[in-house]
Formats: sequence, structure tokens, C-alpha cells
Amino acid sequence: MTTATHRGIAPVRALLDNGAVVIAKRSQTTPAVTIHASFAAGTAFDPPELPGLAHFVSRTIDRGTPTRRADAIAEEFDRRGVSLAATVNRHALSLVCTCLVDDLQAILALLADIVMHPAFPPDEVGRRRGEIVTLIRQDEDNPAVMASEGLLTDLYGSTHGYGRRPRGSVASVEAIDRAALERFHAERFAPGSFSLVMVGDVEPNAAIAAAAAALSPWRAAAPPPLRLDAVIPRPGRRLRVIPMMNKAQADIAYGFTSIRRSDPAYYAYWLMNNILGQYSLGGRLGDSIRERQGMAYYVFSALDANVIPGPLTIRAGVSPANVDRAVLSIDEELARLAADGPTDAEMAESKQYLVGSMPRNLETNIGIASFLQTVEFFGLGLDYDLRVPELLQAVSRDEVHEAARRTLVPAHATVVVAGPYAGQPA
Amino acid sequence: MATLERSATVDVNVSEEVLDNGLRVLIQEMHTAPLASVWCWYRVGSKDEPTGQTGVSHWVEHMNFKGTTNIPRDKVKGIIEQFGGYWNGYTWIDQTTYTETAIRDALDRMLFIEAERMANCLYNPADCESERTVIISELQGGENDPDTLLDQELTAIAFKAHPYRHPTIGWLSDLQAMTREDLYAYYRRFYVPNNATLVIVGDVDTKEAMRGVARHFGGIAPGEVVRRPHTREPEQLGERRVTLSREATTAYLKLGYHAPAVGDPDFFPMLVLDAVLTGAKGINLWASFRTPPPQRSARLYRALVDTGLASSVMGGLVPTAEPFLYTISCTATAGTPLAKLEEAALADLDAVRRHGITAAERDKAVHQLRARLVFENDSVTNIAHQLGYFETIASWRLLPTLQERIESVTLDEVAATAAARLTALNRTVGRFEPLAAGAGAGAPVGQGAGAGPISIGHGGTETQS
Repeated sequence: MTTATHRGIAPVRALLDNGAVVIAKRSQTTPAVTIHASFAAGTAFDPPELPGLAHFVSRTIDRGTPTRRADAIAEEFDRRGVSLAATVNRHALSLVCTCLVDDLQAILALLADIVMHPAFPPDEVGRRRGEIVTLIRQDEDNPAVMASEGLLTDLYGSTHGYGRRPRGSVASVEAIDRAALERFHAERFAPGSFSLVMVGDVEPNAAIAAAAAALSPWRAAAPPPLRLDAVIPRPGRRLRVIPMMNKAQADIAYGFTSIRRSDPAYYAYWLMNNILGQYSLGGRLGDSIRERQGMAYYVFSALDANVIPGPLTIRAGVSPANVDRAVLSIDEELARLAADGPTDAEMAESKQYLVGSMPRNLETNIGIASFLQTVEFFGLGLDYDLRVPELLQAVSRDEVHEAARRTLVPAHATVVVAGPYAGQPA
Repeated sequence: MATLERSATVDVNVSEEVLDNGLRVLIQEMHTAPLASVWCWYRVGSKDEPTGQTGVSHWVEHMNFKGTTNIPRDKVKGIIEQFGGYWNGYTWIDQTTYTETAIRDALDRMLFIEAERMANCLYNPADCESERTVIISELQGGENDPDTLLDQELTAIAFKAHPYRHPTIGWLSDLQAMTREDLYAYYRRFYVPNNATLVIVGDVDTKEAMRGVARHFGGIAPGEVVRRPHTREPEQLGERRVTLSREATTAYLKLGYHAPAVGDPDFFPMLVLDAVLTGAKGINLWASFRTPPPQRSARLYRALVDTGLASSVMGGLVPTAEPFLYTISCTATAGTPLAKLEEAALADLDAVRRHGITAAERDKAVHQLRARLVFENDSVTNIAHQLGYFETIASWRLLPTLQERIESVTLDEVAATAAARLTALNRTVGRFEPLAAGAGAGAPVGQGAGAGPISIGHGGTETQS
């Protein structure tokens, strides 16, 4: 991995005959391989009438095929010490696991069967529905989740692909049946919507050949593209309180819609976010709210520039008595950055940090695999890791200032507070 | 099945040296990435805290990020970030530790930070006050989670005498009452080189690194570490129970059994037993929670989750210096009465207690644990953590023997451990019964937050998505 700084990751990428993308990178730290399989089948693809469908598929896809019962699949993974994590975000449904090198072929064959031929057995669907309903009920008792999801709903609308609750509601999950799961799979799971990344102690061409052998029988039409409603930023400040009086601490989610990942201003936004709410213990927000005022254990900002303008979110957990003061402090920090822009020192520090942290972020197999999936998803190019330093260095202070001025406008912020708070922040 | 010849043999190429002042130094060269990871471990954790000062170890940890004689308060921010680095710390029952991972060129900076932290922290009174409310916020955030609350309550009644009983974050009244002088005295008492282990792993030269250590730490004077005696936990005489009834949406069940310490003969049989019951978690506290265990063929998963009684089950056995707890945590599915879930869980555990496990189960569990040892040795940070963690609770020399110890566990040993440990007399049952909205008015908020390790803060790393 010393190559990361000199020659870059330099993965090998192959497009299979059926349209699937396979990427492999050798890393010899451990005799293991991380497999990261991703489909364009995230929650944004949920039919409006069945929110939670993609998540439901993620919980059931590995629970049986025509030739393997759920318990047989479980046994095949477990006896090799492998746990398969199935996750969804707005755009992708991902299956991720790490196995020993010697198990790679067997695990690839198992994964291929799972993604090509899920059976969604009725008894399994019933049990997983019970689990999902429990997860939704837990979310409803979690101020952090209620505030974060509430913010997205208020920013994008409850029917928008970015605004819907990712797990759906108890009612929608009750309405999802086996036929809906099969339909979603038939529509969305195809080689043309699939990318597979393998990182570990295996020669890249051998890994790609193994994946090709497992996936070659797979033929399916390319799924139709995703249609997402345009994001129309609504002017004015919106505030909503979700009272949860049984809790000890209130969670604040404060945010805006931001930009697309493909926006040329992305690198300025990335730096702006780092300065605002990431650098060291939460950037300027951490300095004010945690370090100077002692109000919160955590406060940070997160930028999710995406296929469409994603959210820029500020999060903090504070005592109910401090909600008003914390929101006011967020307002002040945003207004200050928008008015004055960053300092030259902040620009230099954040650039140095973001560039300097790349070897660390790309040290482990899972770190590299996640990075390569992001590169593939946004079409950033196989040499992206080598280009990041110059892309960041090229950003001027004025560009970051402009990003702050465009987006960090407290008068247009959307704020959601969930927790034991009865007031109404200004 | 895969072969593991290369795999779980932890590299024993560790250089160990003890400075004249008692500082133990462990260095392992690893040239797979241009990085270095430094961890400084102190043998002080919440078990060392006196009555009235619960939470002091963790508060001291927080204060040790707030400037030193030679690192002014306003120069703390960025001191490691300028090398692309990450730093953090955590406190738990046996230990307090601090870490930096950054590019190898930052090694000298990392050693400087840790030497300063050991000898020269400021404890500015205003910073102590400001951090009091940060920690209370951390406590309250933990209390928002019913499972964390239940964990705290169960631990507090499972131990009636041993100081493992109180939460690492401390009880609220102590956090409200402690003074700057309490914090500083505790810091001075335990932060001495002869109570610490410094670990360096990464793309470094051992001799050069050792010279750097001597330069930065050699002048720090040792001190006498006076520990208060720990009451040995008396044998439990009967099953203990606690039920929390609070406004919430979900019911939780937690079973706690007094467990062996890492040095006890039945620790590794217990580790295999846990893998059979709930899937192998591995034994790296820092890394293992990030990857879920392979557990779908595990006994309790099949008995509780595959039957629809629980939406999750998780076993917890962590290596500790003194006997702590083995916990089994379940989330009841919506509509499942806790009594029914408890009955099913106890029936399965009783079957293991009476009949032990099968040879196939033992072999699978052993293989899972060996695979986890491989998976968790994937970074300089994780490897350095393990060296320091084991040195603090026992000896780092246990690490190269882990695979052998796991492989040598026999069916009879697991059966004997199950028979001895999974008894009602050794058990504490915790239930969290949700009350409907409005029914819980007036229920007091808790006074601590959970029994797990707690750290200084979030990573703050920007990722692209």
C-alpha cells in the first residue's frame, strides 16, 4: 500500500460481457479479501406507495434461493467466519463481507446465487417483516433518528426519494408482500446496475476471472433510470419540534439542500464543510458549542453532495435547556462563515488534513473497497485518488467563501429538534 | 475450508523495552502502509475510582486533550490533523488510552503529544467546568438509548461489591460535585511512566523510534501508584433481577453471567461458547464491533430470531483484568411478551448447560474465531491497540498465543464452562418494559449511561459519498 501515495491505488477494472463492472485491487496486509457488491437499487427507487421496499429487499435477499435454503446459506457463510452485511442508502443496495483468500471462489458463487436468484421464501419474509417493524419502532424512540429523518422530510418532502423514511412506516412495511419484493428485484437487479469491488490478497486478474465465472450466466435487461423530482429550495426558515418527553437529551438536525456531486464547486463545499463542522473535534461548530460553551458531546456537519443536490446537515445533541442557545450558536457560526469566509490558515489546515488523511483512509481493504465503489458510482476515474490533492489545492479561499455565502443562510435553514423540549427555537 | 497457516499467527516481531522510569515500550514494524500508530495506555480505569468520584477516569481523559505546558490550549486543534492524522482516547473499566494514527513522518509529533499528556496537562479551571457539562451531555445522550440504560442497571446489580459495578461515565451526582482539584490529583496519581505502556506500530525503524521515545519520555519521573484495594465480588447466592418500566416503544431483555477474567482457565472455553451461542465477535474491542458476527447458524439466533421472538441477539464477552460479565442482549420483536422471550432464551441456555455443544459447533466456532483474528489485524491502528490492550489487562505476550489457545479448547472444557457459568445462581436478568406514551410521566431519568467503553468524541473524518 505504499503505492497509495506514489502510484495510487491503480485498481484493475473490467466490464463483463453482460454489463457488470468488476474492480479488483491487490493488498497484502492480511490473507483476506473484502467483497463490496453494489446495485443501483437504493431507497430512492422505492415506489411512492411502498416506502421501505428497498430496505425490505436488503433484509431478505440472502434468505434463500431455489437451490439453497436460508439455513444452508447461513451455514455456508458462518462456517467460513463470514458475515454478510446488507445495507441501503438512497441510491445503492450493498452487500459487503470479508472472507479468507481461500474462500473467495466459494463466497463469490454464493453471492452470485443470492443476487441472481433470491427466492424470498414466505416464512422468511414474514419473520423479517417482524424485525423491520421492530426497527421502525426503535427508530421512533430514538431522538437522533427522528431529528435526522425529520430534517430530510422537511427539506425534500415526505414523498420525495430523498425525503422518505428509508425503512418506510409500519403500515407500508405491512403492505409489502413477496410479490413486491420479487418485482423490485426483477426491475432493479441486473448486471447493468451492478458493480463489484474486491480488495485483498489476490491477484486482480484472477479475482476478476473468478467473479466473471460466477456472474457470466446472468442476463437481464438494464433497469430504467431513476427519476427524481427536482429539488426546489424553499425560502424562509422552518422549525419543527418532535416532542419526546421521555428522553434525557434533545437532538438538533439543522440543514439545507446543497449541491450535486458533479457540481464543479464540490471541492469548495468539501473544504467548507470540513472547516465548518469536521476539522479536529467538529470544526468551528465544535470550537463554539463543545469546546467554548460545553453544551454538547457531539456537534458536527456532514455534506452529502449526491446525484441531485443532497443535504448539508448540522447535528448536535444537547440538554433540553440548551436547545435555544445551541441553535443560536449554529446560526452565528454559519452567518460568520458566510460573511467573512474562511481564514487562510483554515484553508491551509483543511487542505493539508484532507490530503494527508488519504493514506489512512485507504489503509484497510474495506476502506479501499468503499472508496472504489464511490469512484465507480460517481464516475470519478480510476486515478481519482491521485487527483484529489490537486483538486483540493486548486480551490481558492474565495470559492469556499462563495459556497458558504450561497448555502449557509440561517434565514433559510430548516431545523428539527427531537427530544424532551417543549419550546420553540427562534 | 480455508487454511490459516499465515493468518492468525500474530507477528511476534515486537521489540519490548522498559525505560529507567518504568515506561514499557512496545514497537512493531509494519511496512504495508506509510503510516504509524501510537497508543499510550494507562493502568487506570473506572474500577480504580473511589466513592464520590465515579467517572473521574473518563473526565481526566477528556481534560488530557486540553493543552499542556508546551502545547498551548489554542494549538491543540490541528496538532495531529496537519499530518492527516486521527486522534482519540477511550476509558473503560481497566484502562485509559490515547491514540494517534498519521503518516509516518508524524511519529515524533505523536511521541511529543503523548509525553506532554503524561507529564504536563494544564487542567485550567474554566476548561474543567466546560467539560463537566460536555460529559453530562454525553451521559444524557447515552440515557436516550434504552439498551444502554438497561446495561447500566444490570451491571450495577450483578456486582454488589466489586467496582466494576458503576458505569465508566460515572454517576450524575459525582459529575456534578467533583472539583478541578479532584481531577488533577487523580491525574497526577496515575499518569506516571511506570503505570503506562507506549505502543508504536507502523512504517517505522525500531531503533530510531526507541531513540525518540527515550528523548521524549526519558526525563519524566516515575511516581508511586497507590491503588485502593478492590473487594473481590462475593459468590452470587441467587438470581438477581431488575425491570425498568419507562415510556418507550420496544422491549429489551439482557442476561448477565459472571464471566472469567482473561487469565482464568475458562476464558477461552467461554469465548468458544459465546461463538456457538451468538457468533464469533473476535477479541478486539476497538475493531470487532464494526463487523457483525457470523451468527445466523448460532444457537440463540436460531432459537430467538429465526423463531420471530427477537429482532436481534448479541453476546458480549470481553477480555478483562478481573472477572466481568458475559451478557446476552435481545431486542423483543414488536408484540412479543418479554416473559416468552426470556423463557425461550433460558431454555436454550439450559440445554447448553446440561448437554454442552457438539463437535461440529466447536469446530465452526474455532474457525470463526481464527478468521476474526485475521480480519482484525488489518491496520496499524488495530494491531497497536491489541498490543496495548492485552499488556494493560494481562500481557501482550498472550497475543501470539491466542490462536493456539482457541484451537486447544476442547468439547469437555466448553461443557464444563457452560455447566458452571450458565446457572441461575450466576445470573442477573434485566428487562426493559416499554410503557405507552404518557404512561411514564414522572419516571426518573437515569444517573449514568451504560457499561461500555467511552471515548473523547467522534472521528470527524470527512468521507465522500
